[in-house]
Amino acid sequence: MSQTEKKELPGRENRENRREMIRQGAAAAWPICLGYIPIGMAFGVLARQAGLQWWAVGLMSVMVFAGSAQFIAVAMMASGAGAPSIIATTFFVNLRHTLMSSALAVHLSGVSRRFLAVFSYGVTDESFAVNMSRFREGNWDRYRALLVNQLSNATWICATMLGAMAGQFVPPGAFGIDYALTGMFICLLVVQIYGMIHVVTALFAAAISIAWYVAIPGSSYIVGASICGATLGYLFKRAAGRKK
Amino acid sequence: MTLADYLFLFGGMGLVTYLPRALPLLYLAHKRLPQWFVDWLGMIPVAILSALIAPILLADPATRSLEFGKPELIVAIPTLLFALKTRSLGGTVLVGMLLYWLAGSVM
Repeated sequence: MSQTEKKELPGRENRENRREMIRQGAAAAWPICLGYIPIGMAFGVLARQAGLQWWAVGLMSVMVFAGSAQFIAVAMMASGAGAPSIIATTFFVNLRHTLMSSALAVHLSGVSRRFLAVFSYGVTDESFAVNMSRFREGNWDRYRALLVNQLSNATWICATMLGAMAGQFVPPGAFGIDYALTGMFICLLVVQIYGMIHVVTALFAAAISIAWYVAIPGSSYIVGASICGATLGYLFKRAAGRKK
Repeated sequence: MTLADYLFLFGGMGLVTYLPRALPLLYLAHKRLPQWFVDWLGMIPVAILSALIAPILLADPATRSLEFGKPELIVAIPTLLFALKTRSLGGTVLVGMLLYWLAGSVM
């Protein structure tokens, strides 16, 4: 990665550019990190209460790195579920990332497969939302995006381990930690809205999601409602465009 | 659980998390995507986040039925307004947690 960068930017300019890149990447990542600290610690506390050692929590955060799936896995472990059913649930809960990676591919076209293989590890709801809004505003590139992914990842690993270590001292439900993930989702939704068509799409997706959730057990509602909501929003936009 | 149990479980979870993230990127980043598909993908971020949030705010996870007036929903209103006004991720998380904590001690 550093070699291709050198080819693009020679000498002193290269160093300054790199410093600027790190500064901008960190500035974009820090709100995620700030959010990950309470969420990660909340997860660590719950995992500890479910019987995981602090090192196992760290290992899980490194190997899986998927906030909501980790929460669900720990809840399943606490209720005595076996590895196959936890792994299957993780797969369905994280299937939504195929949609995110597909959307990111628009901004990463032609990038080397090696870079993409590394980048993919850090595609989460949060890094995806932040990177997409930056890419859309322009002046954003894959190195800044990768930095957002990796800084978030490092914060997540540390926060979850810290939470696990402090876990035994925190009473369940304290400090509103159960709301950390919801608060983050709400803000991530808000920063994705560019114009009325996105509000309409969000409402479609919410209505379908809630109906699907009530009617069908499991977590298929996430991917199902996302695809249906996005499709309705897209058709709505096309119909509105044709009228003009 | 032993270390081997953990490695098996986390390895499996890691694999099924990584592949859905990697395969579309590896495949689609080297394709020319048709415009309609790019436009459709542009609707995906709001759709996913909205689909994730709606049941948290409007349904009871134990019975999987509709429920209005959950503290999650009531807290979401000021949290949403704060997010619209500041667009601050860290601030929104903290405000949401604080309000939810307060709601828990009042209700």
